[in-house]
Amino acid sequence: MKIQKTVVAAALGMAFVSGAAFADINVGVSVSATGPAASLGIPEKNTLSLLPTMIAGQKVNYIVLDDASDTTTAVKNIRKLVSEDKVDVVIGSTITPNSLAMIDVAAESKTPMISMAASSKIVDPVDEKRRWVFKTPQNDQQMATAIVSHMVDAGVKTVGFIGFADAYGEGWWEQFSAIAEARKLKIVANERYKRSDTSVTGQVLKLYAAKPDAILIAGAGTPAALPQKTLKQRGFAGKIYQTHGVANNDFLRVCGADCEGTFLPAGPVLVADQLPAENPVRATAQEYVSKYEAAFGKGSVSTFGGHAWDAGMLMVNAVPVALKAGQPGSPEFRAALRDALEGLKEVAGAHGIFNMSPTDHLGLDQRSRVMVQIKGGAWQMVK
Amino acid sequence: MDLEIAMLLGQDGVTNGAIYALLALALVLVFAVTRVIFIPQGEFVAYGALTLAMIEAGRLPGTVWLLLAAGVLVVALDGLDALRRGGVGRLMKVVGWNIVYPLALVALMRFVPTDTWPLAAKVALTMAVVVPLGPMIYRVAYQPVAEASVLILLIVSVAVHVAMVGLALLFFGAEGSRTSAFSDASFTVGPMMVSGQSLWVIGTSLALIVALALFFGRTIYGKALRATAINRAGARLMGISPALAGRLTFMLAALIGALSGVLIAPIATIYYDTGFLIGLKGFVAAIIGGLASYPIAALGAILVGVLEAFSSFWASAYKEVIVFTLIIPVLVWRSLTSHHVEEDE
Repeated sequence: MKIQKTVVAAALGMAFVSGAAFADINVGVSVSATGPAASLGIPEKNTLSLLPTMIAGQKVNYIVLDDASDTTTAVKNIRKLVSEDKVDVVIGSTITPNSLAMIDVAAESKTPMISMAASSKIVDPVDEKRRWVFKTPQNDQQMATAIVSHMVDAGVKTVGFIGFADAYGEGWWEQFSAIAEARKLKIVANERYKRSDTSVTGQVLKLYAAKPDAILIAGAGTPAALPQKTLKQRGFAGKIYQTHGVANNDFLRVCGADCEGTFLPAGPVLVADQLPAENPVRATAQEYVSKYEAAFGKGSVSTFGGHAWDAGMLMVNAVPVALKAGQPGSPEFRAALRDALEGLKEVAGAHGIFNMSPTDHLGLDQRSRVMVQIKGGAWQMVK
Repeated sequence: MDLEIAMLLGQDGVTNGAIYALLALALVLVFAVTRVIFIPQGEFVAYGALTLAMIEAGRLPGTVWLLLAAGVLVVALDGLDALRRGGVGRLMKVVGWNIVYPLALVALMRFVPTDTWPLAAKVALTMAVVVPLGPMIYRVAYQPVAEASVLILLIVSVAVHVAMVGLALLFFGAEGSRTSAFSDASFTVGPMMVSGQSLWVIGTSLALIVALALFFGRTIYGKALRATAINRAGARLMGISPALAGRLTFMLAALIGALSGVLIAPIATIYYDTGFLIGLKGFVAAIIGGLASYPIAALGAILVGVLEAFSSFWASAYKEVIVFTLIIPVLVWRSLTSHHVEEDE
C-alpha cells in the first residue's frame, strides 16, 4: 500500500513536471453549431478542425463546445473553458449577443478572446474589459458603406429596406440608414420579416408600392432568398442588394435564377480566384479555400468559415511571440498572448490584412471587402 | 391600400390559412382521440418538405434511417409480445413492417435513380418514408404513458419535439430548401393574378378535408376513432383497442403534416426548424375551435392566415405579436361562453 502510494505520488509528480516542461496550448472554442445560427456555426466548426495542431513546437489542444446559438449556454461554455480546462485563449462565439455576453468572463479571468461575430460593439471602444477581446469579421459599418457607395455611383436616389426582425436586421438598419442619410439617399420603405416566415407578400407589396430605385435585403443565409423571390414574382425591376450574410452556396441554390444580377459586399475569400494577382489577400484566401474544399468537398466553402480561419491565423501568429514570456497555462502566457495579438501587423487572412493596435482590435481596412454580383449562378467580382 | 393589394394579401392569407387549417384539424384529431397536445405536428411539415427536397436533389434523405431506427425500437418493444400471443407469423408481420419495409425503402432509394421520377411519384415516396414515422413515434413515446394526465403527455410532446428538431438539423443541415412547383401556371381573375401553386394548396386541403369527413363518417376505422374521441372507456368496452386508435390517429397526423410540407415547399423556403412556428399557428386555430370543433378550427385557421397577411403589410415587425395575441380574446370569449369541465382522471 505504502509503495503504491509512493508510486502514485511519483507518477503524479512526474506528470506535473513534464506537464510544466512541455505544457500544451489549450484553445477553448464556443461555436453556434446548432440553433438559428447553425448555418454560420457549422462551417466555422469545420474550419477549426483544419487549424494546425503544432505551433512553434508546442502541441495545441482544441476544446470545442456548442452554444446552440444561446447566450446563456455561451457564458456557461466560456466559464467551463477558463475554470475547468484552463484554456489559454478562447475563440468564439459565432453571433454577436453570445460574444457580448462572453466578454465579462474573458476579462475577469484575463483570458484573450477572439470573436467571430460581426458587430463593432464587441471590440469598440477598447476599454478595461475589451482589452482582452479581438474579432475577425468586418464591421457591418464597413459593409454598409460599400453598399451605399455602390448605390450612389449607380445613380440610385430612393431605396427600400427589408431586414430580419432581430439583432441582425436592426443592426443593419441602424448602420445603413445613418450612412444613406449622410449620402443623401432617400429611404422610402422600411420593413421586417422573420427568418422562419413562409410568406413576405405583405412586406413586398408595401416595398413595391413605394417604387424605390433599389432595395436592400438585410438577411443572412437562405432565408434572405424569400423577399427576393417574392419581389421578382411581383415584377420588381430595380436593383436588389443583399448583405454579406448570404455569401454561401446554399443561398445560390435556393434563390436560383431570381438572384441574377444581385449586388452584395463580401470578404475577398468569396471570389479568391478572381482577385488580381497583386492583391495580398489572394494567396491566403486561396490557401484557405483549397484546404477547406479538400476536407469537406468542392463548393462547400463559405465566408463564415473564413472568419474562424482568420481567428486561427491571429492565434498562430501571436503564440510564438507570447511563448517567450511564459509557459502555456500560466497567467503570464495569457497576458503575453493578449499583448502579442494587439501587436500583430500585416497578418494576411482569408478576409483581409489585419493590423491591430491598442485602439483597434479588428484591424481590417478597405482591402477586406469587395463588391460582388451574382452572374450565371456564381459570384462575380465587380471591377 | 387599394383593392388589388387587398386581394393579393387575401390570396396569400387564404393559401397559408389552408395549410394552418390542415394542421389545426390534425391537432384537434390527435387531442380528441389520445388527449395528446401534439407539439411535434409541425415537424412533420419540415420532414415532408425536406425529404422531398433531398429526393429531388438525388440524395438519400436521413429520414429513412430514422424510420429504420424507430422500427427497430418498435420491434424491441413489441417483438416478444407478438411472439407470445400470435406465434412466429405475427412476429414476422411486426418485423416485416418495422424493419424490412424501411430497408426496402433504403435499397430503393440507393439503387434506383428516384430523382428522375415524375413529381407525383416523388411525393408518394416522401409519404412512404415520413408517414409511418407517426405510428412508430406513438408506439415508442406515447403508448407506454397513454393513460397518464394531459400534462405528462404534453411534457412527452415537448421532448419529442426537441428530439425531432435536433434530428432534422442532423439529417437536412442548417440551410433551407425549396422544391419545384406542382404547377407554374398562373391565371388572371379580374385584377388579380392567381398562381397555380396556390390553387393546388387550397384544392388539396379541401380534398383532404372531404376525404377525412368521409373517413370518419363512412368507414369502420373512422367510426372507431370517433367513438374513442367521445368516450375512451366506452369505446374500449366495445372492443376498440386504444393502442390501435392511437397509432391510426398518429398516422393521419403524420400524413396531414407531411402533405402540408410537400404543398408549401414550392412557395416557401423550409428549414429544419420551420415546422414549429407553422404548427403553432395551426395550434392557435385549433384553440379557436376549442380543441374540439373541426369546422371552427378550419375557419380559425383561415382567419389566422388572413390576419397574418394583412398585419405583415401594415406592421411587419409586429406580425407574430398580432397573430399570437389573437389567442387572448379568443380564450376570454371561450371561457365566458362555455362551462368549465373538470378533467376526470
